[in-house]
Amino acid sequence: MANLTTAFRLAALPAEAEAFRAQVKAFLAAEMEPLPAHVRARSWMGFDAGFSRRLARRGWVGLTLPKAYGGAGMDAFARFVLVEELLAIGAPVSAHWIADRQSGPLILKYGSDAQKSFYLPRICAAEAFFCIGMSEPNAGSDLASVRSRATKCEGGWRLNGAKIWTTNADNCHYMIALVRSSGEAKDRQKGLSQFIVDLSLPGVSVRPIRELTGDAHFSEVSFTDALVPDDALIGGEGAGWEQVTAELAFERSGPERLYSSIVLLDQWIACLRRTGRAHAHAAVIGRFATHLATLRGMSIAVTTKLAQGESPIVEAALVKDIGTEFEQSIPAIIESLIAASPDVEVDADLYRTAAYLSQVAPTFSLRGGTREILRGMIARGLGLR
Amino acid sequence: MFAEAIAEILADQFKPGAVRSVEAGGSPAALWNTLSESGFLELLAPEDAGGANLALSELYPIIASFGRHAVPVPAAQSIAARALLVPHGVAVPSGMTTLAAACRVAADGRVECALTPFGTLAEFVVADHDGELVVLSCAEAERVATGVHGSLCATLRWRVMNPVARIAGAGGGVALFGAALHAALLAGAMDRVFEMTLQYGNDRSQFGKSIGKFQAIQHQLSVMAEHVAAAGIAAELAFAGTGPLPAPLATAIAKARASEAVSVVAAIAHAVHGAIGVTEEYDLQLFTRRMHEWRIAHGSEAYWNQVVGEAVLASPAGSITDFVRAAVD
Repeated sequence: MANLTTAFRLAALPAEAEAFRAQVKAFLAAEMEPLPAHVRARSWMGFDAGFSRRLARRGWVGLTLPKAYGGAGMDAFARFVLVEELLAIGAPVSAHWIADRQSGPLILKYGSDAQKSFYLPRICAAEAFFCIGMSEPNAGSDLASVRSRATKCEGGWRLNGAKIWTTNADNCHYMIALVRSSGEAKDRQKGLSQFIVDLSLPGVSVRPIRELTGDAHFSEVSFTDALVPDDALIGGEGAGWEQVTAELAFERSGPERLYSSIVLLDQWIACLRRTGRAHAHAAVIGRFATHLATLRGMSIAVTTKLAQGESPIVEAALVKDIGTEFEQSIPAIIESLIAASPDVEVDADLYRTAAYLSQVAPTFSLRGGTREILRGMIARGLGLR
Repeated sequence: MFAEAIAEILADQFKPGAVRSVEAGGSPAALWNTLSESGFLELLAPEDAGGANLALSELYPIIASFGRHAVPVPAAQSIAARALLVPHGVAVPSGMTTLAAACRVAADGRVECALTPFGTLAEFVVADHDGELVVLSCAEAERVATGVHGSLCATLRWRVMNPVARIAGAGGGVALFGAALHAALLAGAMDRVFEMTLQYGNDRSQFGKSIGKFQAIQHQLSVMAEHVAAAGIAAELAFAGTGPLPAPLATAIAKARASEAVSVVAAIAHAVHGAIGVTEEYDLQLFTRRMHEWRIAHGSEAYWNQVVGEAVLASPAGSITDFVRAAVD
């Protein structure tokens, strides 16, 4: 990626994708109930199984999965449009989000025929919700140091250990867990495997973790001699590191790394318009727009590479890092500006939305790979490591 | 195909020594003639006027390449002048033609084009005078250089407004081309500066290893790459439309974002290079000086962000995402 001018070229979304946008907007107008901004700001933390099932009935969960498995068989550009529209309005997409974004594509790529036939139609119907099983209490950025272990036994594997910072585990049916299946901690990336763990099995316990906002999106998931069948292993035994790297590429390459604070920005502008104070802030509003336009162009450039069958892992890391900076700048700036005149009343919903996003914004550059890890990946892509 | 041919000429003849020579007061004639005699100034002119009728999107990499080479003559502006004049049947003046960033007429009739890019060299200036496009001859102008070392920018003054050509209602195109061209020039210069800085990080050794092996340097280069990539994508937006002029909102976004990138990109380039980067003998300064000048030329992000913000507020209430999509479509 050392040549940035060729790595990032402006590309337009194809006409079919833009035509699809009109359908998505119509669906959202009809199917999304009006919610206050501080609720919509939660978007891909907002769990609403009913909304996900309505979306699935429309055929839009597992949008890029093959029709044979219940997917829509659409391309990366259509997914860009769908994700953009869902996030721009702050739809509660959390229930199906992980399965749609990464678990489904992972199963499609590495799963057996039986696994694909079992899981993919359920994902597309929004009947199987997935969570991510990567981080552990002692393995965060250093993911290769995971200690959870699968031990071969009669009738399958016994899992022991714990996963943490697992979004929505208490509402999910399955976790794809990265665990050690052979060797020792010093073997690092060797000897890791991925298992699809049914979270209702004996020996699996889920403990929600309350966070500073009062929400409890995260959980800690513990395995105590949990017996999973042989066909819980996905892909090759010992191929877990390669697979989890591919999974992270799915996780990082979408447009969701631009829109985490967009509900706040829209709400702020709407309040300014309503109170006739907008022009005083035109330059700030304009700057947000110029940054969004640019980041969106960068994200479409990554999507274009995906659609061409490339795996733009470094480019995606670059867009995620600068995208989260934008997402974090929105509450940082708006929090200050809503109090620029202490005698002017602040809209209650705007206040709550700004507070929520200010509190959770640090996580934007933690989830899916920290800022420091991403910058290391970019440096590797530049040939520095 | 034009881009490759021009890249060859630039690599061959627009070397840092040639840029330094013009900056030091040497004649730009040889460099100018190389470009004008090759016919490359006619890229945007219609085919029936002997031009290449190039789409703006195809022009983008060419203008960026002028930035990559710190081209010390108003080639980009002269190409744009064809697009501004020829469709109106106005003959293009023969000689180095630049675009004015501003044009004010005082109560006593005196005319001033402040801080005109290439104002020290240009033979003609295309300016927007209250919406009217005017072509002014610099032969009659007083040139006041900025006094900034190496700068080719100057304020031009005339005793009276006496254009060699004028086109009613066409003045708005000057600002659009001025901003779009400088966004592309910035993108090209920043890409070059990034390349130099990455190379320096690999070459320079301290504490027994390349400084690029240190995580602190790696992260700075990663951040620099992000902003250079952002500036490139943003600049290209100004050239993405199908019309004869850069589209207004896309151009505003392009110049605002590319200009904003200057501070961080220049800061990291110099931080990684250390003291050698601020010396006259080292080439980095040829580009970082220009980046600062181009950030200002035809309005910085302070101006263009305001333009974009007012456009948001003038649009029907809706999401910022919808606004942005419509702005760049």
